[in-house]
Amino acid sequence: MPEAPLHAAAPATGHAPAYAAAHGIAAHAHQFDDPGQQHEAGNLGMWVFLATEVMFFGGLFAGYSVYRSLYLTAFEAGSRLLDVRLGAANTAVLIGSSLTMALAVRSAQLGRRKALVLFLLLTMVLGSVFLGVKGYEYYHKFENHLVPGIDFIYDQPNAPQVELFLCFYFFMTALHAVHMIIGIGILGTLAFMGWRGRFSPGYYSPVEVSGLYWHFVDIVWIFLFPLLYLIGGRY
Amino acid sequence: MSVIPAEQLMDKRVHYLNESYGVKSWLFTKDHKRIGLLYLASITFMFFIGGAAAVLMRLHLIEPQGALVEPETYNKLFTMHGVIMVFFFLIPSIPAVLGNFLVPMMIGARDLAFPKLNLLSWYLYMAGALLTLSAIIAGGVDTGWTFYTPYSSVYANTHVMAVAIGVFINGFSSILTGLNFVVTIHKMRAPGLTWFRLPLFIWAMYATSIIFLLGTPVLAITLVLLGLERLLHVGIFDPKLGGDPLLFQHLFWFYSHPAVYIMILPGMGVVSEIIACFSRKRIFGYGLVAFSSMSIAAISFLVWGHHMFVTGQSIYAGLIFSALSFMVAIPSAIKVFNWTATLYRGSISYDAPMLYALGFIGLFTMGGLTGMFLASLATDVHLNGTYFIVAHFHYIMVGGAVMAYLGGIHFWWPKISGRMYSDGWARFAAFVIFIGFNLTFFPQFMLGYLGMPRRYAFYPAEFQVLNVMSTAGASILGIGYLIPLVYLAYSLRYGPVAPANPWGARGLEWRTSSPPVTENFEETPIVTAEAYAYDEGREPLA
Repeated sequence: MPEAPLHAAAPATGHAPAYAAAHGIAAHAHQFDDPGQQHEAGNLGMWVFLATEVMFFGGLFAGYSVYRSLYLTAFEAGSRLLDVRLGAANTAVLIGSSLTMALAVRSAQLGRRKALVLFLLLTMVLGSVFLGVKGYEYYHKFENHLVPGIDFIYDQPNAPQVELFLCFYFFMTALHAVHMIIGIGILGTLAFMGWRGRFSPGYYSPVEVSGLYWHFVDIVWIFLFPLLYLIGGRY
Repeated sequence: MSVIPAEQLMDKRVHYLNESYGVKSWLFTKDHKRIGLLYLASITFMFFIGGAAAVLMRLHLIEPQGALVEPETYNKLFTMHGVIMVFFFLIPSIPAVLGNFLVPMMIGARDLAFPKLNLLSWYLYMAGALLTLSAIIAGGVDTGWTFYTPYSSVYANTHVMAVAIGVFINGFSSILTGLNFVVTIHKMRAPGLTWFRLPLFIWAMYATSIIFLLGTPVLAITLVLLGLERLLHVGIFDPKLGGDPLLFQHLFWFYSHPAVYIMILPGMGVVSEIIACFSRKRIFGYGLVAFSSMSIAAISFLVWGHHMFVTGQSIYAGLIFSALSFMVAIPSAIKVFNWTATLYRGSISYDAPMLYALGFIGLFTMGGLTGMFLASLATDVHLNGTYFIVAHFHYIMVGGAVMAYLGGIHFWWPKISGRMYSDGWARFAAFVIFIGFNLTFFPQFMLGYLGMPRRYAFYPAEFQVLNVMSTAGASILGIGYLIPLVYLAYSLRYGPVAPANPWGARGLEWRTSSPPVTENFEETPIVTAEAYAYDEGREPLA
């Protein structure tokens, strides 16, 4: 029988990996042959999921591209309504959070419990700073009556097209922010599990695949920032 | 390995159906086989709801001025029929029922890679289905299943939002199923089961999963945009506010054309299994059949523009989309020729699954060939928006996908339930369905060619004869679909106990008992040949 012996002891809870990590052994769920197979399956699962995310955001990027090529001037004017310094600062914050996330994964691989929790918390803090700045930018748009559909006042030329640009700005950044919030929730769970000692050099898949997710969300922003903030041709 | 003589031990043997009892043991199950059965029950229910809408429509059209309902109600009926049949029956049918049940067993695994996600996908399906049904009860929706803007986003004052959210949620169920299949097929094959020993059903599931994964998210984001536009009155698709309604059609068909292949590819996989088994022959040109599934999946993403030939897209786009659409015929024809070649000099037996599979080949070929009419620009201008289209895609989806689904259910029913159904009744039902189907939809080809437009609640009196024929066919078809419901349910209790391998098939799923134990195999099988070793006397298989 290829199955691990602990399989008989753990299945009642349905948390074989957690059970095993708590006892310092590498374990796996019943459908897998060994921990290596489980690790590979988890990793591939996340990559496949990220492919679906690319297509999910891809629909928005396609729409953006169509209208930007149709209404270039209006999109440039719309871009100038955004605060490029805040966007740039946020880009730096997010890249920093990717670094701390990578360090968290490394700590998990090496079994450094305190470092793992610290880096996860740091990543969460940076993510929250990003969301705070984003929230401030949204607030600013509300104050200036630049929210499409709800409160939009704009007396320059091409008002409908500028409104369309701001539509895309709000949809794309809000969808991105939703992904950030989910990510912060996942990291919080991981930090708690890590603090309880659930991860070990033999079992750190959840940290690794969550890291993949976090980096993906960062990369989306790396595309959003130039497309939304930098096309105004100010500099 | 059928180590246990099922005939004697049926009641004592523990298997996936009797290892635990009670509602909870089903609602919280992580067993892929039980989840498959949850899907089977739910999609069968949805199938009959959608079917009822179709029957009402056909009854209405028995008279030129309409016999039954108001035109507004008629609009809601065809929308309800389309939404339910496409999103809540056809798309999940073979993948979520048979795929869930068979993928792990065919590759010698104990379960899918992510059993909890698998259960979650069923709950998402149910949430989407219930939301959609409640919207229908609350008054329905009249946009057509395509939700075209700006009608859906600005003008329709029916329950567009609820149905769009229902379809959106259901999309994630497809995505999770596809993700599970891809990871499972990549990482969990039994020792010795190389890619080119995989059953063709697995190849078909793999190709389908790719479309699930790359297409469904685009539909999801499109529906989000539609919802936001409707809610906030912004102008992504509204020309008055600078938007472009054609963008919606592009995004919608970018998913919804590949979705046609989500419906037909699994059917092709099922038919490949059945044809080989009941011809007692290795499938002809295994590699090409497998490859054609993958190429259909790939080309499917490049042909969406053929739904938009008459929308005013550029003529060059039209030409390219037309040429690419013709290309789909190549892998499809490869499959049909290979099935035919498999039949050639096989020792064929006409059990019920085989009747469905043979029906599939004929009807799919007709559906495919009439698709060529629609892929060519000039004839499409004449036929677009007529009953010719309706007949064409029903030949693919009902004559193709539903026939294959029923064939698959009959083929694997002994494995699923552990019981045999009445073969006489099953052949009779297959015959009734075939007759009913052709009588329903063949007249619609003629109606469309003569110019009768689709989606109207009334029609000129000269079309009445053909419409009455179609309605008569639909009644026969409706009865045909009810017969299996009866004898399959009957077999659960009174059917003879099924042996492990009633058809003498060669796939891994037949090497375990019927019904299988929860972990599928007593011990992980070791694979030394492909799944079609029907003629072992001949040269060894790859």
